[in-house]
Amino acid sequence: MEFMQPGAFKENANTAMADKNLRSAMTMLNDGMIPNRQGAVDRLPEFEQLSQRGRELKDHVLAHLDYYLERFERNCKAAGGHVHWCATPEDARQAVLKICQSVDAKSVTKGKSMIAEEIHLNAFLEQHDIEPVETDLGEYIIQLAEEPPSHIIGPAIHKTKDQVSDLFLKHHAKLGRTERQTEPPKMVNEAREILRQKYFDADVGITGANYLIAETGSSIIVTNEGNGDLTQTLPKIHIVIASLEKVVPTLEDATTFLRILARSATGQEFSAYTTVSTGARRGDDLDGPEEYHVILLDNGRSAMLGSEVQDMLRCIRCGACMNHCPVYQSVGGHTYGTVYVGPMGAVLSPALLGVAETKHLPCASTLCGRCEEVCPVSIPLPRLLRQWRQRSFEAGDVPAAERWGLSIWAFFAKRPWLYGLGARLAMRGLAYLGRKQGRMRRLWFAGGWTQGRDLPVPEGETFQERWRKQQRKKVTG
Amino acid sequence: MSAASGRDDILGAIRQSLGRPALSVDAKKDLDEHIAQHRANLVPARGQGAPDALVQRFQEMAVAASCTVAVVTDEAAVPSAVADYLRGNNLPTQVTLAPDEWLTGLDWDSQSLLETKTGAAGINDLVTVTPAFAGVAETGTLVALSGPNHPTTLNFVPDYHVVALRTSQVVGAYEEVWAQLREANKVGGGFTMPRNINMITGPSRTADIALTIELGAHGPRSLHIVLIDDQAGQD
Amino acid sequence: MARASENSNKPANGSSGPPTNVGLFATCLVDLFRPTVGFASARLIEGTGCRVHVPEQTCCGQPAYNSGDRRHAQQIARQVIETFEGYDYVVVPSGSCGGMIAVHYPDLFADDPEWNRRARALAAKTFELTAFLADVMKIDAKDLAAEYDGTATYHDACAGLRELGVKDQPRELLAGVDDLALEEMADTDACCGFGGTFCVKYGEISTDIVSRKTANVVKTGADLLLAGDLGCLLNIAGRLKREGSSVQVRHVAEVLAGMTDQTPAIGEAEGD
Repeated sequence: MEFMQPGAFKENANTAMADKNLRSAMTMLNDGMIPNRQGAVDRLPEFEQLSQRGRELKDHVLAHLDYYLERFERNCKAAGGHVHWCATPEDARQAVLKICQSVDAKSVTKGKSMIAEEIHLNAFLEQHDIEPVETDLGEYIIQLAEEPPSHIIGPAIHKTKDQVSDLFLKHHAKLGRTERQTEPPKMVNEAREILRQKYFDADVGITGANYLIAETGSSIIVTNEGNGDLTQTLPKIHIVIASLEKVVPTLEDATTFLRILARSATGQEFSAYTTVSTGARRGDDLDGPEEYHVILLDNGRSAMLGSEVQDMLRCIRCGACMNHCPVYQSVGGHTYGTVYVGPMGAVLSPALLGVAETKHLPCASTLCGRCEEVCPVSIPLPRLLRQWRQRSFEAGDVPAAERWGLSIWAFFAKRPWLYGLGARLAMRGLAYLGRKQGRMRRLWFAGGWTQGRDLPVPEGETFQERWRKQQRKKVTG
Repeated sequence: MSAASGRDDILGAIRQSLGRPALSVDAKKDLDEHIAQHRANLVPARGQGAPDALVQRFQEMAVAASCTVAVVTDEAAVPSAVADYLRGNNLPTQVTLAPDEWLTGLDWDSQSLLETKTGAAGINDLVTVTPAFAGVAETGTLVALSGPNHPTTLNFVPDYHVVALRTSQVVGAYEEVWAQLREANKVGGGFTMPRNINMITGPSRTADIALTIELGAHGPRSLHIVLIDDQAGQD
Repeated sequence: MARASENSNKPANGSSGPPTNVGLFATCLVDLFRPTVGFASARLIEGTGCRVHVPEQTCCGQPAYNSGDRRHAQQIARQVIETFEGYDYVVVPSGSCGGMIAVHYPDLFADDPEWNRRARALAAKTFELTAFLADVMKIDAKDLAAEYDGTATYHDACAGLRELGVKDQPRELLAGVDDLALEEMADTDACCGFGGTFCVKYGEISTDIVSRKTANVVKTGADLLLAGDLGCLLNIAGRLKREGSSVQVRHVAEVLAGMTDQTPAIGEAEGD
């Protein structure tokens, strides 16, 4: 598997589909996440209405994004926080570095942040002799494995229990943990114990933000482990990394999103920990960071506004789309070769990286529409995938064979008599070739099909041909 | 790139994409109004009901989220409820209390074997006891506000966390918590936020190992609610 | 977008008033691969008292549309609109092509007011076959007088389900088929992996997806798989045959029209 190589999609897909561990992980995903989400949705009669309101709120914010970001900044500063506007990943990395260097930071704990992944923060920190410590268990596991996340909610979802046992033994042995743990409770406990001191030792804690609240200048994280909270409370500095479109107007508006997020993501009524953070420790607080910084990252969001893919900015990163995607279930997240995977990744990655780099992503979809069906903010994902396909096509970035095939098909389709003639010949030919069994195992130009399936052959005559014969018979009696 | 130019560039890019200049003063006023009114959106039926129905729902939802709940009829019973909890979990009789006047003012001396200290949580603190600002029935969620009387670390560092909650603190929906918070922290035309609002629904958990749910990932492995029925006998 | 009223132009059986003219959009797959489905569709539509017309037709333009080739898609779509807009209804034995006309044609001409108007008009009266029978003509399934001795399972084709709301209708109609038992598979609404050009462009992934579908089919113990989309059916049948399964595959129209003894099941030959 070549990580972070969207151009190697097909090769990676084949590798992934041969991976028995991934198969079993994806089966568990299908059998667990899908009914869990449905159960949570069924238990809340107002889910559809809340979802609709969430969509409206997002559209409203996007139409006034400059206003809401300015309000957020004003109120964040009024509460003693600092706001850094970063147009590019490099700007964001530098801003984080500067803050870390201001306290001579040696180690940084991290709550799970997809934006931090997007800007490749960990490698950058390491280059500057700052140790990034992933604390979310899934992120911790992939940090040990030196792999990127394969799912935006469960980054290590592709790993089996045995694989995690091996990883822990390999990396924890030098810390005195020489016994290979095989029971999940013991494994979780081992990770907990190992990371405990790291929380207290860290100079800086970095989290993402599920939401930014304009009204109060606050950030919200939604977690289950408590790692994000330990990360932000114990060190001297709390840095929040968030992309522009995370802002919502008020606490009440954030509440509407909170009602649909956990239900869509994991099927929980509410996550174990939902924390609203505003500024640094107050004068007489006994704990909390001394500084609170919010990094606002653009990296292509402003360019998506007003474009045909603007609706993608509604995304609340729940992951429901990838859980329900037949392609994701077949190939897993690493195949995509991008930070964001599954249907939302197939729409967002071309916006962030360019469609030339990522052209397989919008194409490797049956457009089945299940993603759109479960999206809590009604992002029209199939339509957006088609938009990217159109952009690719108009840029001439489609294999010649495909262009020719479409042109030839269109040529015939616009000329019904020629189409009918060609069809009658071709269908008779195929019917003859497959006459013994009614299907063919191999067809030289249809290897993509016949590699895994027989091809049922046509009846021979076309429908229109027989229909007109029948009609003529009726007339002549 | 200077900080100021990053801001200007991004705001400029946003406006260019939206095809308009910065909003007019009037347009901003309308949006300011929307924020100032902070109207609630739809509140599910789940978050509404009569007080005792809400208390019951709170308990059911909290238990469904793997909390344990012990109901006492008087706040004086809280220390012994805590002692019971420690016994039931074979824990040493040491707890860290939040430096909250109401909490520390309870009769902890009645539990002679129980050692208490107050303050933020240290790395070795096994059990903490805190109050809460509210309990939200719609999902069995406890709301804790950070402050000098409630250090945040008490909610996350220990293995075992006990929360003393009065039934009169139970509300139906999160919106009621915001309303109470705005009222309690009123300042000028607005209000001050605490550094942290922690909405806690059950103990810490993870499903990151083979999608099996395990408690106690980094936060507490057990969340125990001592529910003080201070509405007993009321309508 | 408003759809034609379910009650407009509904003819009473053989009674007064002008006949309802239905343009049958057979779809290229039916036209080329399995005319039986076209004839079954015609029989079912005629059974409601409508007159069926099959104007000269080719493709709905979906392959071009889904490949990002908007220009060719528009050219083909204009031809379809011109050919079919004169009928009272257009009926399609496919949710995929039906959805192309009923949902996507207006989008295809979003920038062209005149063609957009015509596309909307056509979209409003275009229906997938089982939806037409159940929702528009409101037939009584028992009146089909069809029978099939066996157990079937039903695959919900994605476009029909999600673009056109086709889910209950085929089941309601199948309930009227004598001796037929329906055994639902797990994940009826999971994609079969056909996806038009996807099945050849990403053939291995397509095969992987269809294998999950066939596993679910086989698990039901049914001897017959039905669906309303020939693309899905060719795909699932092809995989079932490769796996050596004896499950037969047909288009739902064949069963409803009582024409299962006319043509071998999909991917089978005479005598199978």
